This record gives sequence, C-alpha cells and structure tokens, in this order.
Amino acid sequence: MTQSEWPLWEVFIRSKQGLDHKHVGSLHAADATMAIQNARDVYTRRLEGVSIWVVESKHVHASNPDDAAAFFDPANDKVYRHPTFYEVPDSIKHM
Amino acid sequence: METVEINLEDQFQARIDADISIEPKDWMPDAYRKTLIRQISQHAHSELVGMLPEGNWITRAPSLKRKSILLSKVQDEAGHGLYLYSAAETLGASRDQMLADLHSGKAKYSSIFNYPTLSWADMGCVGWLVDGAAILNQVPLCRTSYGPYARAMVRVCKEESFHQRQGFEIMQTLCEGAPEQKAMAQEALNRWWWPTLMMFGPKDADSPNTAQSMNWRIKRFTNDELRQKFVDMMVPQAEFLGLTVPDPAVKWNEARQAYDFGEVNWEEFWNVVKGNGMCNQDRLGARVKAHEEGAWVREAALAHAKKRAERAETQAA
Repeated sequence: MTQSEWPLWEVFIRSKQGLDHKHVGSLHAADATMAIQNARDVYTRRLEGVSIWVVESKHVHASNPDDAAAFFDPANDKVYRHPTFYEVPDSIKHM
Repeated sequence: METVEINLEDQFQARIDADISIEPKDWMPDAYRKTLIRQISQHAHSELVGMLPEGNWITRAPSLKRKSILLSKVQDEAGHGLYLYSAAETLGASRDQMLADLHSGKAKYSSIFNYPTLSWADMGCVGWLVDGAAILNQVPLCRTSYGPYARAMVRVCKEESFHQRQGFEIMQTLCEGAPEQKAMAQEALNRWWWPTLMMFGPKDADSPNTAQSMNWRIKRFTNDELRQKFVDMMVPQAEFLGLTVPDPAVKWNEARQAYDFGEVNWEEFWNVVKGNGMCNQDRLGARVKAHEEGAWVREAALAHAKKRAERAETQAA
C-alpha cells in the first residue's frame, strides 16, 4: 500500500435549526471541502441535517476512559447540586 | 500480572452483562476486538459487493421511476458500507487494509451476492427476500454491545425498510401483471429462496463462534432462530403474492406455532463460501477493477489538497 489513504474526518450534524451539532460518524476525504461534500452524501441523504461540521480526527483530544472514575469523581458526592436534594413544603407552589 | 488480566476480563463481561455499551477507547479483550473487526468489515464488504448485482440493472430498469429508486438504493448500499467501515476503523482497523483483504479474497462477504441477477424480477427478490433477511439480521444488531457498530446499524435499519418495500412492490406489480410476468416472479423466487435461507449462516450446531458472540452480546439471536423467523415472516407474504415457496416441506406446525421447512443444501452453501459460486470471480473482479481504475482519482485529490494547503501556507507567510 502507498501512503495514499485520505485523512479521516469526524462528522457533526445539526439536524434542525435550534439544535446542536451531534457526532454522527467519520469518513475519509482529501480536504475539508471534500469532507463536507462526502458527509452530505453519506450522512444526510434523507434531510437529516441543515448544517455540517467536519474536523480531522487527529485534532480530537479525548478523556481517558480508564481514568473515568477518578476524573469524574468531583461530581460524584455533590448531591446538593441537584434540585431534588431540597425539600419544598407542599404548600409552596412554582418552585 | 495474570490476576490483573483476569480481573479486566471479568469487569468487561460484567459491563456486557449489564448492557453497558463498549466504546472505542474502553479496554476490551483482544478476541472481542478481532471478532468485531472481522464481523463489521465482512458486513461492510457485503454492502459494497451488494451494489454490483443491482448496479447491473440500473441501465435496464423498466421505467424512469424504477431507475431512480434503484439508483437511490444502490447509493444507500454504498452509504451503509461507509458507516460500517468507519465503525471498524474505531477498533484500529485501517480502511486500506480492509479493502486489500477484500480484494485479495482473504476477507469474506455475504455469499448471496455470488448468485446472478438474471431478470428484472430478481431485483424484486433481492429487495423483498435478501433485504428482508438482512433486516432480520440487522435489527438485533442495533443493540449490539459495541457502541459504534450499534449506532451504524440504527442508521442502516432506518434506510433498509425502503429497500424491502420497493422489492415487494416490484414483485406485487409483476404478480398482478401478465401471466408471463407472474411466471418471471415465480422463477425468481425459485432461484432466490434457498440462497436467502443460507444468508443466516450455518446451522447452530456447525457455528462454533455463536456461543461466544452471544455471550459478548454481539449477536442476540442464533442463526437457526433467525432463519425460522424469516420463514415465518415470508411464507404468508409469498401466499399473498400468489407465489409458491420452492420447498415442499413448508407446512404450518400448529404445536410449534411456526412453519416447518426443508433442509438447506449445505454442500452448496460451503461451496459458495469457499469461492466456487456462480459469480464469485465476477464480483471480485468488478470490485478490484473499480478500485484500481479509481486510483488516479484518489491520488489526484490528495495532490490537489496538498498543493492548496501549501499555497495557503505561502500566502500566510
């Protein structure tokens, strides 16, 4: 094989106006313009999107799943951050 | 060292048992990764090769409507292949390597595509039967344990039901047409019925990998379970069309609440798997030709992208 494999791109699609872009998958393309055109053909053949983002996969940095327990630990014991932690008297409305 | 390894495997199995999806960077046993790469790439290859028997009929579709539908369907198959290749790549497989394995004959694809599509009615059977069987296989895969594979399958399944319906509509139109058209439909059913039953793979007793795949929740049903479901689904549909399933053993079994049916010709099955089917060489030949003839396009696109990137850099400097 030559070194001819096109770079890998991650594809994000806004399914409709007002919603955020969501990761849908990846594809190969020579450059960003082609990545967007390919993303249109691969991921939006049935009007699944109104906007596309692509980013070369090598630019995505991710947290390490092996460290997930420790990494997300700070949020683990703070139940008081949730509204359900607080007791509201029955007679109080609109809270 | 050993104890740590065992521990990881146990933890992994516990996650599987709790129906927690496995994601690309999570720890997984090597065998799980290998099994998935093999299954997903094989699945992707099937989508790709699956374009060939139908692509054959695009220029000969009987009307503009049928031509548009067939074009769309073939384009969908290409899309399905791409979703699946990208899912396999999340496991560390390279696209070039997967394609090289397909082209060298090392990797397999679904044997069904090694049967020829002789008449327009075959387009009906491919949609109705072959895609019908594919859907039965694919719906449970939407809940498979590996996240990217499951998500790809959700997308595939959404699109697949159009494929089956357009196939059924072709069959229905032929069956409501002239006697010659109906005969054509029956003849196509005769040719496609048994190969479609083979799509579910060998009998459970001859499928050594099934138990492990079920344990890892890659597979949710066995080959025989899916084959039975397919027969139960299809016999009434054939009856509706006024067609006869080419198996004298097909009979409703009141006690089992399912159809009995005859034995698949396993010799033929293994023969086609080994590469001796009617179209194995044709299909691979067409695939390799398309890939080789597209090489200059892939290289030119890369060269163009490189030139533009360099130009942008000089301008910025």
